[in-house]
Amino acid sequence: MQSKLGLDFNKVAYARKLAKSIADGVQSYVESYTTVAVERTLCRLMGIDGVDRNLVPLPNILVDELKDKGVLSQGVLFFIANAMVSTSLSPQKIAEKVAEGKLDITKIDVAGKSEREEALRPYIEASLGRIRERRYRRENYISTLGEGLRPYLYVIVATGNIYEDVVQAEAAARQGADIIAVIRTTGQSLLDYVPYGATTEGFGGTYATQENFRIMRNALDNVGEEVGRYIRLCNYCSGLCMPEIAIMGAFEGLDVMLNDALYGILFRDINMQRTLIDQYFSRVINGFAGVIINTGEDNYLTTADAYEQAHTVLASDIINEQLALLAGLPEEQMGLGHAFEMNPELENGFLFELAQAQMTREIFPKAPLKYMPPTKFMTGNIFRGHIQDALFNMIGIWTNQGIQLLGMPTEAIHTPFMSDRFLSIENAKYIFNNMKSIGDEVEFKEGGIVRTRAKQVLDKSIKLLERLNKEGLFAGLEKGIFADVKRPFNGGKGLDGVCEKGENYMNPFINLMKGRK
Amino acid sequence: MSGGLYSMEGKDFDKTLDLTKVKPYGDTMNDGKTQLSFTLPVPAGEEAVEAAKQLMRKMGFDNPQVVFFKELTPGFTFLNCYGTCLHTVDYTCIHVPKVETEVMGMDETDEFIKENIGRKVIVIGASTGTDAHTVGIDAIMNMKGYAGHYGIERYEMIEAHNLGSQVSNEEFIAKAIELKADAMLVSQTVTQKDIHIQNLTELVEMMEAEGLRKNVILACGGPRITHELAKELGYDAGFGMNTYADNVASFIVHEMARRGIASK
Repeated sequence: MQSKLGLDFNKVAYARKLAKSIADGVQSYVESYTTVAVERTLCRLMGIDGVDRNLVPLPNILVDELKDKGVLSQGVLFFIANAMVSTSLSPQKIAEKVAEGKLDITKIDVAGKSEREEALRPYIEASLGRIRERRYRRENYISTLGEGLRPYLYVIVATGNIYEDVVQAEAAARQGADIIAVIRTTGQSLLDYVPYGATTEGFGGTYATQENFRIMRNALDNVGEEVGRYIRLCNYCSGLCMPEIAIMGAFEGLDVMLNDALYGILFRDINMQRTLIDQYFSRVINGFAGVIINTGEDNYLTTADAYEQAHTVLASDIINEQLALLAGLPEEQMGLGHAFEMNPELENGFLFELAQAQMTREIFPKAPLKYMPPTKFMTGNIFRGHIQDALFNMIGIWTNQGIQLLGMPTEAIHTPFMSDRFLSIENAKYIFNNMKSIGDEVEFKEGGIVRTRAKQVLDKSIKLLERLNKEGLFAGLEKGIFADVKRPFNGGKGLDGVCEKGENYMNPFINLMKGRK
Repeated sequence: MSGGLYSMEGKDFDKTLDLTKVKPYGDTMNDGKTQLSFTLPVPAGEEAVEAAKQLMRKMGFDNPQVVFFKELTPGFTFLNCYGTCLHTVDYTCIHVPKVETEVMGMDETDEFIKENIGRKVIVIGASTGTDAHTVGIDAIMNMKGYAGHYGIERYEMIEAHNLGSQVSNEEFIAKAIELKADAMLVSQTVTQKDIHIQNLTELVEMMEAEGLRKNVILACGGPRITHELAKELGYDAGFGMNTYADNVASFIVHEMARRGIASK
């Protein structure tokens, strides 16, 4: 591709090489550890679901039992397999018996390795089959119904009640939305379990549960058939249950997942070891399920300054890309994030935003980039806000972004009303159509503001990557390189759920899923 | 639908401003012109328009006009409307409680602390409860500040600790004790179903139970917070929209001086 910015792709290749080295440093650590969330995910892959009479999910009961007895390092599959060989019960039945206090899976004779593998095999195949079936279903819908043009129009619903969310989502789909994201209730990211069943109470969002996924996916299938366009469903694979949410989404046909390697560390104060281990398995799953992941670099700019810290976004995108590649996630599924968050008072701010978006496009040509709207400088002046969103939409179509997360004029006031979403979709459709080919028509002059800015951001990113490569990602996070936020290696939430793998540890899904379909 | 918009009819109302009878202003004093938009859960059509007009009359608007409508999805119609407001309010007898402290700039505040308190003021802040938004507390506390107003981390005479988001009230109080905080700032952004009220109230109750309340300046802030609400909930001050670190810092130091919390 001809660069419209005159980017030096040797520099880009060098930046990737640095990021690869940074990612490798993390990966060598990640591979020797597991977490309670990873183990609960394995329970779900064995078909274990449901809750006990206190509404504790069965995967939590099993994994907590192993953790309490200090044997989590062997991994939950080791104990489930032993119990299966010895009792001939299904994993679900075993979990139920453990929940009832009728079975201690840590006190069962150890079966031979091949016996264990034999016992697990049909369940492994059933789960993989279930995920593949979901993937084929999506692919079939897209080839028969079709889909919206890129940038996809992404809107959120956030009523707190999944049934009300359905009404909002159907309306949005009819108005032209391509992706519906069901915002999670505030606080869910810090729960170390996934709630169960359909939910109707949430604050600023709706609980992510497998049943809620199913209800919304079903509704979107119906409305998709009605409007003749496949409607994608998005949720949040972040917080303390990253891989668990990933597997629930894979089972229920979610299409897009927020799934950032660093977001939880920086913005939810989740322990960095925990998040980096969890992100790996969650991305292996998302890759296999054909799910587009979205990364959260846009959030850096809600705390740090978007003009001064633009290079941290690019650096993080490149690291996120390398970490995702290590998890076998193809570039076509990498919705790397960036945002239109510069101060609207900034002279020529539009040109700087344009440079950033075009640069990101050229550096990640295959990625369905996720472009986030202005939020930080939305003031409650809905009329100006609507114009800020219009400028953002112009850059989206101009630079051929993959996913346009539509800004709402009422950002900073309330979660969107049905009419807010309508106005935003109308705004985007108008601009996307009216300016459709502007990117093909307009070039940027040599030595001009746009080219100079892109070069400057790339150069600064490389400096940052060099520094991170020298110190390592963990140390970089401790020093507050991203978003001005400092996080200690052994601080934050969820560290006690991290465990080094023992000699009997097994997770066959990594090999079966990574880089495969 | 355009009848009144380009109306040539005479304006036969009193066009002098009377602050005891204030009403909206469009382009002529006392014309009462108001714009509003809403969605009705009915299909689009003449009936929807008529329903909107009747509703506007009940809201106190004369000459209601629906200038645009569109069915958002079957059974939901969005309407843009104008009307002439019939009601008035007496502006002269309005009293809104607000933070009365004189607002000082950063240097002035630092100077004030040196003269009147004589040591660094310790301030901790957090977005508490389940609220994950840091934008409010960051705008007040971060070095860089917001909209040209430096955050209190930048103040020479203030030792600021921003605990970030999703800090439980227990943790927040424990940290206040550990750091010997002079002032505690609570940010609340999510206000759906009044979750913030519950959370803010709990903090006050816990502080009272710990016997901490009277020795600490306690303030809350957020886009939906008013000083009046804050006082009602037992806070010393509330900071809503368009308030910055300057407002918060000035209040803290004046209040400390007033209460004589200086030498702790």
